[in-house]
Amino acid sequence: MIRAVGKPLEEIIDMVKDYDKILLAGCDGCVTVCEAGGLKETKVLGSALRLHFTQAGQNKVIDETSLTRQCDPEYVGQLRDTIDNYDAVVSLACGVGAQFVVDMYKDKVVYPGVDTCFLGVTEERGWYTERCQACGSCILAETGGVCPIARCSKRMLNGPCGGSEGGKCEVSPEMPCGWQLIYERLKTLGQLDRFEKPRDTKDWTSSRDGGIRQIVREDLRI
Amino acid sequence: MRLQYPPDIRIIQVPCTGKVDILHLLAAFEEGADGVFVAGCLEGDCHFIEGNLRAKQRVKRVKEILDKVGLGGERVEMYNLSAGQGGRFAEIAREMDQKIRELGPSPIKLSKKKSTGSRVEVAA
Amino acid sequence: MSYMEQETPSKLQKVIQAGHLAVTSEVGPPRSAEGSIIEEKGHLIKDYVDAINVTDNQTSVCRLCSLASCIRLKLMGLEPVLQMVTRDRNRIALQSDILGAASFGINNILCLTGDHQHFGDHANCINVFDLDSIQLIQTVKMMRDEGRLLGGHEFQSKPQMFIGAAANPFAGPNVELRVARLAKKAAAGVQFIQTQCIYNMDTMKTFMKIMVDRGLHEKVAILAGITPMKNVGMARYMQKRVPGIDVPEEIVERLKGVPKEKQPEEGINIAIDQIEELKEVEGIRGFHIMAIEWEEKVPEIVERAGLYPRPKVNGG
Repeated sequence: MIRAVGKPLEEIIDMVKDYDKILLAGCDGCVTVCEAGGLKETKVLGSALRLHFTQAGQNKVIDETSLTRQCDPEYVGQLRDTIDNYDAVVSLACGVGAQFVVDMYKDKVVYPGVDTCFLGVTEERGWYTERCQACGSCILAETGGVCPIARCSKRMLNGPCGGSEGGKCEVSPEMPCGWQLIYERLKTLGQLDRFEKPRDTKDWTSSRDGGIRQIVREDLRI
Repeated sequence: MRLQYPPDIRIIQVPCTGKVDILHLLAAFEEGADGVFVAGCLEGDCHFIEGNLRAKQRVKRVKEILDKVGLGGERVEMYNLSAGQGGRFAEIAREMDQKIRELGPSPIKLSKKKSTGSRVEVAA
Repeated sequence: MSYMEQETPSKLQKVIQAGHLAVTSEVGPPRSAEGSIIEEKGHLIKDYVDAINVTDNQTSVCRLCSLASCIRLKLMGLEPVLQMVTRDRNRIALQSDILGAASFGINNILCLTGDHQHFGDHANCINVFDLDSIQLIQTVKMMRDEGRLLGGHEFQSKPQMFIGAAANPFAGPNVELRVARLAKKAAAGVQFIQTQCIYNMDTMKTFMKIMVDRGLHEKVAILAGITPMKNVGMARYMQKRVPGIDVPEEIVERLKGVPKEKQPEEGINIAIDQIEELKEVEGIRGFHIMAIEWEEKVPEIVERAGLYPRPKVNGG
């Protein structure tokens, strides 16, 4: 899922300070799972903002809601009847959702309430790690199911580099070396021969480098 | 035990401090509470294993928020004691009451222009 | 033998082909536009080495670029080795710089992936890593042997590059895999290797044995990396703080065993001992002396290791 963390409170206060009627819109999707922007976090933000602005003698309207998702028009469309009651919206969805609110309500001020970080897994509650960089051409079959683009700090296709030590990346002793993981997997699977053959240069056009991406599935469109 | 503790403390009983949500603590301050303390079981003795540890984390989070919004994180505290420590409870209550009186009324309350006396909310 | 298969005008290649133990060293460019520093360092070591590496923004610290420095050395009549990392440049820039180097007749290149930028002075930059070191080796080989760029464009003035790379016998996961990686570099077209600096002789010898068992020593010339220690502090720093370097406690003890003012001398002694020991190891075809910010010691090391004067070779 997409993983995010809530923006610092002071940053959000600064964004909304000049508005009088603010809607905080959470999302029941990814940001709920990583406890960054679900209904709970939206309410906590609302409470914190009210405490701040009340003290400052400012009487703002701060309402809270959460949508099933903010990346599908059916759900973002549910704001249609109420959004004009507000002069600013803080979206606690990921960057995708926040932008989609803008797409659908073009004249509305929309601010991001979270920092969207990466695509990753839950190791334990409160600990999330990156797994995928959405490069658009998956090579997991060749690397024992471990992605070198996302999990090697140098996105090497012929790793490990000379800085791999004790199974850790040279960048930080907390970072596992992605290529060590690949090696161990290929060893377990009896596929170490995959290690021997040099892997050619990558075609990055399916990645961000090829330009803004979209998927058009003609089979799904009438 | 009929021990003395300050009369302006309102006690809210919960089956475990793990039930206390960040939103409950914040709501108390939004309503004008001058201070809140959470009294949970001794660490390691929680009947629900880690309820009091969750409460501790939540109190910490609320402290950070209160610091950031200018109310001051000292207005919320976590204490640990056993059900049998009546004397300790009274001591904590007095300690907290004293601290809050020194900090003064909550700016929220002042902003809302309420005229009631200082109140300390307790979740136990 | 692979490294002889593709002949280039490289003097380093000729020295190795002639059966001599090769000696290379490196100069680190300044963190300014002071090109004269390269000239000074070049003059210091030129009679004691067969080729001079110029590092490429080493440890991600921004310095005067390797290409400009190599051109300067070439114009001085010296033999540069262009070190090239893939951290900072995409394939367009890498190939462009290779063409630039070739246009000045530079004949040696060391293909590296490069240290992560977090080590350096611009830790908040984007990194590139469009290619890794092995793909860079493949690219140089293609440009040299086929006169073709990765994008397909063909050209006549092929870069006559003697292709090198680094090897680190001391990094993870294990020695066998480090040899397997070297084999991959050989398959990609590498002709010579400069290893990471060696302190753990047992591991190095194991590495060389596995290499020889695989017949790799006949495909690739290994130059053993030697870095003299200046003092106990440097030894400890490298032991604890630099990933991929293995400093056994005996080395630290040996330095501790002499008074502080004698430690630099002992560090040089250790380096000489290492060279002498490695001369006896099958597959070692020379030495790469990395006297970081201590280039003035290179002449002494080369002399005392019995590697002076450097042999004259045809065209050298």
